[in-house]
Amino acid sequence: MTAYSDPPKSSFQLSQLIHDTRYRSYTFQAIALVLLLLGVGYLLSNLLGNLAAAGLNISYDFLGKPAGYDINQTLIDYTNQSSHWRASIVGVLNTLLVAFLGCITATVLGVFAGVGRLSKNWLIAKLMSVYVEAFRNVPVLIWILIISTIVTILPSPRAFKGETPDAEMFLGLFAFTNRGIYAPKPVWLEGSGIVVATFIISVIAVFFYRRYATKLLYATGKMLPTGWPSLAILLVPSILMYFVMGRPIGVDIPELGGFNFQGGMQLQRPLIALWLALSIYTGAFIAENVRAGIQAINRGQTEAAASLGLRSGRIMSLVILPQALRVIIPPVISQYLNLTKNSSLAIAVGYMDVTGTLGGITLNQTGRAIECILMLMMFYLIISLSISAIMNAYNNRVKLKER
Amino acid sequence: MKKSVFLGALTVAGLTAGAAAAATLDDVKARGKLNCGVTTGLVGFAAPDANGEWQGFDVAVCRAVAAAVLGDPAAVEFVPTTGKTRFTALASGEIDLLARNTTWTFSRDTDLKFDFIGVNYYDGQGFMVPKSLGVTSAKELDGATVCIQTGTTTELNLADFFRINNISYEPVPIETNAEAQPLYLEGACDVYTTDASGLAATRAAFENPGDHVILPEIISKEPLGPLVRHGDNDWGDITMWVLNALIAAEEYGITSANIEEMSAGTNNPEINRILGTEGELGAMIGLDNAWGKRAIAAGGNYGEIFAKNIGEETPVGLARGLNAQWKDGGLLYAPPFR
Amino acid sequence: MSDTHSQLAFVRTEMLAQKEPPVAEKGVVKWVRSNLFSSWSNSILTVVALYLIVQLIMNAGPWFANGIWSTNSLAECREILQGASGGCFSVLSERWNQLLFGIAYPDTQYWRPTLAFVLMLVAASPVLFSKLPRGMLIFTGLYPFLAYWLIWGGTMMTSIIALLGFVAAYLAFRKAERAGFSIGLGAGIIAAVVVWKVLGMFAGELSILPLEEVPSRNMGGFMLNMMLGTICISLSLPIGIALALGRQSHMPIIKGISVVFIEFIRGVPLITLLFVANVVLGYFFPPETNMDLILRVIIMITMFASAYIAEVIRGGLAALPKGQYEAADSLGLDYTQAMRFIILPQALKISIPGIVNVAVGLFKDTTLVSVISMFDLVGMIRGPILASTEWNGVYWELYGFAALLFFITCYGISQYSQWLERQLRTDHR
Repeated sequence: MTAYSDPPKSSFQLSQLIHDTRYRSYTFQAIALVLLLLGVGYLLSNLLGNLAAAGLNISYDFLGKPAGYDINQTLIDYTNQSSHWRASIVGVLNTLLVAFLGCITATVLGVFAGVGRLSKNWLIAKLMSVYVEAFRNVPVLIWILIISTIVTILPSPRAFKGETPDAEMFLGLFAFTNRGIYAPKPVWLEGSGIVVATFIISVIAVFFYRRYATKLLYATGKMLPTGWPSLAILLVPSILMYFVMGRPIGVDIPELGGFNFQGGMQLQRPLIALWLALSIYTGAFIAENVRAGIQAINRGQTEAAASLGLRSGRIMSLVILPQALRVIIPPVISQYLNLTKNSSLAIAVGYMDVTGTLGGITLNQTGRAIECILMLMMFYLIISLSISAIMNAYNNRVKLKER
Repeated sequence: MKKSVFLGALTVAGLTAGAAAAATLDDVKARGKLNCGVTTGLVGFAAPDANGEWQGFDVAVCRAVAAAVLGDPAAVEFVPTTGKTRFTALASGEIDLLARNTTWTFSRDTDLKFDFIGVNYYDGQGFMVPKSLGVTSAKELDGATVCIQTGTTTELNLADFFRINNISYEPVPIETNAEAQPLYLEGACDVYTTDASGLAATRAAFENPGDHVILPEIISKEPLGPLVRHGDNDWGDITMWVLNALIAAEEYGITSANIEEMSAGTNNPEINRILGTEGELGAMIGLDNAWGKRAIAAGGNYGEIFAKNIGEETPVGLARGLNAQWKDGGLLYAPPFR
Repeated sequence: MSDTHSQLAFVRTEMLAQKEPPVAEKGVVKWVRSNLFSSWSNSILTVVALYLIVQLIMNAGPWFANGIWSTNSLAECREILQGASGGCFSVLSERWNQLLFGIAYPDTQYWRPTLAFVLMLVAASPVLFSKLPRGMLIFTGLYPFLAYWLIWGGTMMTSIIALLGFVAAYLAFRKAERAGFSIGLGAGIIAAVVVWKVLGMFAGELSILPLEEVPSRNMGGFMLNMMLGTICISLSLPIGIALALGRQSHMPIIKGISVVFIEFIRGVPLITLLFVANVVLGYFFPPETNMDLILRVIIMITMFASAYIAEVIRGGLAALPKGQYEAADSLGLDYTQAMRFIILPQALKISIPGIVNVAVGLFKDTTLVSVISMFDLVGMIRGPILASTEWNGVYWELYGFAALLFFITCYGISQYSQWLERQLRTDHR
């Protein structure tokens, strides 16, 4: 009896590249690589040839030249003498701003609508279904245009003028106009730093108190109240300090002057319109994810938790949600990604995001289409890849360990 | 449904028509159609009517060139372009001629490698405000919110104007006239700015045009003209002289009404040369001698085109102003045909 | 025993007649109580919701009721309404054809896209509903050629030749398949090219049922959205499958190419890809191929869709139990056989709801072409219609109409997808 012997070691033959599965993959890969290189080379040579024929060149010099145009909303200093590069950065920050705000409100809306769709209240459940279906099945561009038109219906600052104005400020503090929302701005006087510091310390104190309460609960089973004491720790010292320091924080209330409201904080219409449109639209998708997540949890989990004697609030927070979140979060993060990408439609409402500055006015003025669009794509790619990286890390962390 | 994969392959096969970069004239003749870039819709200058026919002042230039080159003013494919896409459409050869109220500037002529073939409308950027604001001069606009129609040189002129006068403003850039208009009407902007001709056209469509005024300041020079790719001078010459023929025709009184009569021969040699009854001008630009006659017959002379599309009788209601003939104190001045 | 019972005075001998349930526990009242006012918070929510609904009806009701359908311009509408609230729906009736077919489709030929649309429903039905007779799939196969001829016009020869090429490719593939899948594929491609070349020479001679030719630049309106949606999704399915398989492959180069492609496309907004289609793509091809804008847009949207479909199918592949792969291997099937007969049929079946979702999303995204100056439904509204003197200022009616059209289509598709999900669900929960 001979044991199994190794397969005969014959010398390598060319035909093995086609017939032998061990080597065939090399053949395929080589073919694929050659085809890819040929394709890319062909396209690139066409590009260079065409550019040369048209007398154009690829150059990023324009980024250093003054942009020459103004931007209504900037998070960093910017004048029309700043460079195109700086204008692009302003655009990038604006994109990130609206994406950040949008993600927060979309999540809130989505959770409400998702839970609402499962509500026992028939009317609320139906209303939420109508909301979700209406927004999921109509293109976001149409919604942006419609919501932008709706925001325009708010009274204009002119309506606040005159002896008997058509519109009045809300509580005398806030003005909702079709140019944006004007709100009081805090004015920091001398001594305000101490009040703020007190507040920050209170926040930290609340955090430690809660940790202590949990620890005590696990160690001894004794439950400390957390709600009211936290609130007290948070507010009382700061309020006391505010009066002790002689009320150092004032407010600057917006007032009508000239063409617009002056003073106070201003949230501009383009931002509001885009923010609303994106968060309502994305909220509908998140609602579906939330609903699916909650429904994905087996009823037995609820029943088991109930049989352990947990209250319904605790069933939700300790049993259902931790499991549902595992299902909900990945699709919700990809909704965040979609929201960020959809914010590129900002120009429809006049918001200057990166597509509006770099891919819009800069491209128009310089005519450098290839360069601008390449940079634009790179920017979005970087954001997306960073978000996907976060998502992958999260997925790996919460993945059920399969054995 | 899955099988409509093949549709794509067919589309590729069916629609790749040849068009080389070098000799545009040959391409246009081979194709039998002139590809002309226009705006996506600006009343009076280029907009499709209810029947889908393109109408307007810029459109008339396209039709005149098509008539001169191909003998048929209807042999035009109109390619709608936005401010963003117009230059690449021209540079990549998708269109042969761009007639999209485009301002003639140094860098567009040189850096972007285009050739402006002349000016068909002398424009300037202006401001429109509601009468109720009581503003009479653009210099009183300190702190105002300004709606800008982007895509031309508008943003830059505006920034310059406010910087020179040392006053502040809040820009609201909007891509299309259709979206800027409700913002202005609802008071989300105090001021609407774009080329004065565009302002007039926009105001004409308002419910109460009388409630809005166009301020006297014109803050920029906007010579709007058709353009072609740099490098094909023969094609540039043809289009340039078609435009000149339209302007000259008005100067010499050639109209669509009397063109037949005049092409029988007149005692003015200049008219005869334009209409091709004298001299061999057509051969010099690679066309037959009747090119000028066809171009003018397509939509009339410059004055007729102006009056029909944007003149005072139309809703747009523009006065000739700078766009009058040089004899009437305007800037239109066609070089001699000889 | 029974006697003792009857003798006791307090024992009832016959059943009482059933009482009606209390008013609060039956019918409408119970429904309202348990569904609308079950608790304080619920009651408040109900009242607020009712208030909002009433407000909406009060405001929108007259606007619809006073709607005007037959004027020729907004100014005339305003004259008739005299300041009362009311929609000017005449814009829809006057520009109906433009909204559906764009500005340049010849108006005597509207029956062609309409017929193509109806036939599309017929062609799609056997794919969508597996209970229909399988023979209908033949029509589905013929449909693309028929639709091309109907929509673009010209002689039917083009479609017939293209069809013959594919038939030849299929036959050649079946013949050569024994020698291996890739060889079969190669033979199929060669056969198709030969047939197209040879028959192409005669194409000019014959003209069968010629229709008026319509260049693709003249397509517009909702028709353009439908066309882009259907063409791009259909094209992206095979590419998406290939990419998904590539991403699962063990060959590093193939896998790398697929991953880079998918992640790149998914990482950028569609609008930037459309900018590429509009302003950059032309530079990547030789100057003599002057591709039409629609074709370039189709290329970019197809790339976009295939990356998303690839991810959906990858999910389907990953969801299959490992045993399926091992079973295929143990039967001695090679890679292509295993994929064709074991893995893909199951993986695709699981992926269908996901694919439908991508399709709905993509169909909605076709409205973005309006940003690059194409006159699709939204482009028609934002461009020619709102720019015209007559209809300058009509917003709600137009946007509402566009939203309604999209809603009907997408809601229909997503209902189908949910129905299908219920059909495919086998866990009897």
